[in-house]
Amino acid sequence: MTTSTSDAASRFSGRQQSPLQRLQGLLHSYPWVSPLVILIVSFIVFTILNPRFATSGSMGLLFQQTAIVAALAIGQTLVILTAGIDLSVGAIMVLSMMVMAALAKDGGMPGPLAMLIGLALATGAGLLNGLLVTRINLPPFIVTLGTLSIFTAIALLYSGGSSIQASHLPDFLNALGNGFSIGGLRLTWGVLLVIVMYAVVGFILSQTAWGRYVYAVGDDPESARLSGVPSKRVLLQVYTVAGLLYGLAAWALIGRSGAATPNAYPQANLDSITAVVIGGTSLFGGRGRLVGTLIGALIVQSFAFGLSLAGVNQQYRVLATGILVIVAVGIDQWIRKVK
Amino acid sequence: MQFVRSSAAARRIVAASGACALALSLAACGGDSGSGDAASGGSGGGKKIGVTLITKDSTNPFFVAMQKGAQADAGKNNVELTIASGKQEGDDQGQIDAIEQAIARGDKGILITPMSDGVNAAIKKAREAGLYVIALDTPPDPADTVDITFATDNREAGKLIGQWAAGTLKGEKATIALLDLFNDKIVSVDYNRDQGFLEGMGIDVADGKKNGDEAPTGKYSGGDYEIVCNEPSNGAEDGGRTAMEKCLAKNSNINVVYTINEPAAVGANAALQAEGKKALIVSVDGGCAGVGSVKSGVIGATSQQYPLKMATLGMEAIAKIANGGAKPAVSEGLDFFNTGVALVTDKPVDGVSSITADEGAKICWGN
Amino acid sequence: MAPSKLPLAVDHIPSEKRHVYDAEPILSGRDLRIQWGHVVGLDGVNLDLYRGEVLAVIGDNGAGKSTLIKCLTGAYQPTAGQIYLDGKEVDFKRPQDAREAGIETVYQQLAVIPALDIASNLYLAREERRPGPLGSVLRMLDKKGMAKRAGDSVRELGIQTIQNMNLAVENLSGGQRQAVAVARAAAFGSKVVVLDEPTAALGVKESGMVLDMIKQLRDNGLGVILISHNMPHVWEAADRIHIQRLGGCAGVITPASHDMGEGVAIMTGAKKLTQDAPA
Repeated sequence: MTTSTSDAASRFSGRQQSPLQRLQGLLHSYPWVSPLVILIVSFIVFTILNPRFATSGSMGLLFQQTAIVAALAIGQTLVILTAGIDLSVGAIMVLSMMVMAALAKDGGMPGPLAMLIGLALATGAGLLNGLLVTRINLPPFIVTLGTLSIFTAIALLYSGGSSIQASHLPDFLNALGNGFSIGGLRLTWGVLLVIVMYAVVGFILSQTAWGRYVYAVGDDPESARLSGVPSKRVLLQVYTVAGLLYGLAAWALIGRSGAATPNAYPQANLDSITAVVIGGTSLFGGRGRLVGTLIGALIVQSFAFGLSLAGVNQQYRVLATGILVIVAVGIDQWIRKVK
Repeated sequence: MQFVRSSAAARRIVAASGACALALSLAACGGDSGSGDAASGGSGGGKKIGVTLITKDSTNPFFVAMQKGAQADAGKNNVELTIASGKQEGDDQGQIDAIEQAIARGDKGILITPMSDGVNAAIKKAREAGLYVIALDTPPDPADTVDITFATDNREAGKLIGQWAAGTLKGEKATIALLDLFNDKIVSVDYNRDQGFLEGMGIDVADGKKNGDEAPTGKYSGGDYEIVCNEPSNGAEDGGRTAMEKCLAKNSNINVVYTINEPAAVGANAALQAEGKKALIVSVDGGCAGVGSVKSGVIGATSQQYPLKMATLGMEAIAKIANGGAKPAVSEGLDFFNTGVALVTDKPVDGVSSITADEGAKICWGN
Repeated sequence: MAPSKLPLAVDHIPSEKRHVYDAEPILSGRDLRIQWGHVVGLDGVNLDLYRGEVLAVIGDNGAGKSTLIKCLTGAYQPTAGQIYLDGKEVDFKRPQDAREAGIETVYQQLAVIPALDIASNLYLAREERRPGPLGSVLRMLDKKGMAKRAGDSVRELGIQTIQNMNLAVENLSGGQRQAVAVARAAAFGSKVVVLDEPTAALGVKESGMVLDMIKQLRDNGLGVILISHNMPHVWEAADRIHIQRLGGCAGVITPASHDMGEGVAIMTGAKKLTQDAPA
C-alpha cells in the first residue's frame, strides 16, 4: 500500500506544470519575490521618466524618507503576523516623541535618559495593548482603536499642543537626523538604526523558536496552544516589542523633523499597514517575511518620490498609490492559491 | 467571600454609588466647561452668555492657541465658554455634533473654524435656532453660510511674503518651490496663501483658486522665474522636509521656498541644510516659534496672523449682541472682518511695510 | 505501591502476545471518578494499559471515553481515584505535566500549524538549538539537525510518502498530516501515545496508512490508546477493547472474543458482558 501511494505522490510532484504555475509555485515559497519584482520594475520606470531618480543623491533621500515608516512597519508586521492589527502605531510614536523632547527641554534631563524613558513609555503602551488583547480578550482592532484615542489624548494633554524645536533639544535626541556619506550616497544614523532593527527582528523571526511561535499563533492559535506553545505569553510579547520599536521610530523622527510635534506623520497608521500588506504578509496571520515589509515600504515611498520627480499631477499620485495597493495585494492573493 | 448579604442591599449600594458618581461628574462638568473665571462667578453680574468655540482639531498649535486665548478672555465678557473640535482635519461629523450640542445647550453664539461645506447644514440649523454664528480664520463656502467671518486675509498674507521675496531677489532669477498643505484635499487657506504669494511676486496665477496650474516658467515682477514643484507638506516638519527633498531632487538650485506654515518651513530648512544649500524661505502664521525662526534667520519673512484676536473679538461680538448691541460689520472692500496681518522680517524691503522679529515676538501667539 | 493488575479481558489473547501482558502495566487508572455538580462524568473506572499493545476505548457519545482520556492525560483532574505511570502514582495538573512524563496525545484536530514545515511542526514548543554560543546566547535553531531527526522519526513509522521535511504542512494530504501528528507523538512520547479519532476524516487508503502507523508504534514498544467510533478500524488495529458506558466500564473484550456487532451491543447496553462468553 505504501508503494502505490508513494508512486502517486511522485507522479503528482513530477507532473507537467505550465510556466505560470511554476512561477506561482516559486512565488508561493518565497512571498517576498513579487514585491521585489514590483520594486525593481518601478525603479526602472521612474528612472526612465526622470533620470535623476537613479542618482545616489536621490537614492539616499529615498532611504531617509522610507526610514520612519519602515521602522513602524516592523512592529506592525509582528502584530499582523499574529492575525492582529495595530491602529495605535502613530499615537504611540507621537506620545513617545513628545515625552522624550519635553523631558529633555523642560525636565532638563540628559538626552540618553530622556530617550530611554520615552522608549520605556512606548514599550509600556505596547504592553497595555497586549494586556487588553490577551487578558480581556478583546479583538486587536477594537483595542488599538481605543488606545489610539487614549494615547493621542495623553500626548496632547502632556504637550499642550505645542511643538519643541531641535534647538531646544540635546544633541543625543537630534542625533539620528545627522548623516554621513558613502560614496555619493547620503545616509543618516536613523537609516542605519532602521537597518539594524530589521536585521535583529528578522533574525529573531527566522532563526529562533520565539519567531516560530509568532507564526504559529497567527496561523492557527488553537493548534499552537494544544502543541504547548505559550500563545498568550507570545501575543503579549509581540505587542510589547512592537511598542518598543515604535519608540525607536519616534527617536528617529525627532532627528528627521528637526522638532518634536504632536502633528507629526498623521498617516503613520495607514502607511505602516500598507507597507506590511504590499510586502506580502497576510492580514490573516501566519505568513510573510519581514524583508517583504522593507520592500513594501520602499515601494510606497518610491512611488511618492518617483511620481513627484516625474512631474505627475498631485491628484494622480494619490490615485496611483491606491491602485498600487490593490494590484500588489491582488498578485499576492493569486500567489497564495495552493495548486 | 460575600460582601453583600442580600440582593436588596446590593441594589441600594449600586443606587447610592450611581448617585455619587452622577453628582461628582456634574460638579466636574460645571468646573470644566468654561474658563476658571466663568466657573467662579464671573465679573459682570447676571446670567452668563453661552458661547461655543469649535476648531478643526485640538492638535494644531494654531487652534490650541485660539482655544487658550478664548478661555483666558471668557470671564471678561461674562461668557460661559464651551470648547470643542473635530478629531482631525476632515472630521466634519465632530464639528456637526458640537454645533448640535451648542443648540441643545441654549448657547447664544458659535465661533467656528469650518472644516468644509459639510458642516454648512448644521450651521444653518444653529442660525435658525437663533444662535449667532461667526466663522474664524477660514470663511465658509459660500461665505454667507455664517453671519460673519472674522479672519486673516490669507490672500493678503501670501501677497506680503510674495512682495517681500520679489523685493529681496532684486532681479535675480527666481527658482521657486511651493510647499502647500495637502494634495488630497482642497482648502481655501491652501490656495489663498499659495496664489497670494505668486500674485505678490507678480506671477500670473491662471485660476486663482487652484494651486499648481501656473506656467512653469515666465516672468515675475523682478525678472525670470521657474516653478520647480508643488508638494504637499501636511503643515508639519516631517512633511515639510520630505516635500523639500523631493523638490531639491528635481532641481537643486531652488532659491525661493514658499511654505504654507512655519512648521513646514522648519522641515524645509532641515532638508536644505542637509544638502548644504541656502534659499529664501517665506511662510505664514506668526506663531512665537515661527517668529523665533525669523530671528534666527531660518525663515526670511513670515506673515503674522492673530488667532487669539479672532477668538476674543468673536466672543465680544456675541456678548454684545446678546446684551442687545449692534452686530459686527465686515471690513471695507472685503466680505469678512479682517483681524489683520503683518509682515515680520528683520530684512525689510522698500515698499512693503513690516515689523521686526522682536516686535513680532511681543504679539505672537502660541509658544 | 503499584496497584494489582486488573483481569485482562475475556480470554483470547493470542499466544505471541502473552509476553506483553506479563510485564507491569505502563499506565493504570483505579476507581477514577469525576463529577461536575450533579453531573457524573466518570463513575469509578479502572483501566490498565500495557507497553506494546493497542488498547481501544469505545463508547457512545456521553459515555465518558473523552473524559477518561482527559483524566489520564492531565486535561482534567479526577475528583477521586488514582493514576499510576510505570508503577508510580502521578498527579497531572495540566496537559504539559502528562507530556513531560512521556504521555503524548494526538488530538482530533491534529494541532499542526499549516504554514510551518514538517520539521518545525514536529519540534513545535520543543525546538532544539544549535550547540555552543550560537544556540545558548543567540538562541539560533538547529534547523538542519531537526530536519534530519524529523525525517528519521517519520521513517521509523514506516511512512514513505513524506520525503521533504521542509515542505509546509498545508501541502500535505489529510493522511499525511495525520502522519506528521502521529510522528510527533511517537518522537516525544516515550511511554504512552493517545490517539483521538485518528481516522475520522480520512479516506480508505489513508486510514489504512494510519492504522499501519499505529501498529508500528505498538511494535516499537509504546502503549497506545486508540479512541474511535469506527468499529472496523478498531477491530483491525486493537489488541484489547475497553468499552465505556454511562460513565463506567462495561467490560474489556478482544477482537477475537467478540465481533463488532456484539461490541456495539455491549456499548449501547443491549447486551451485557459475562465472564463466560463463548470461546
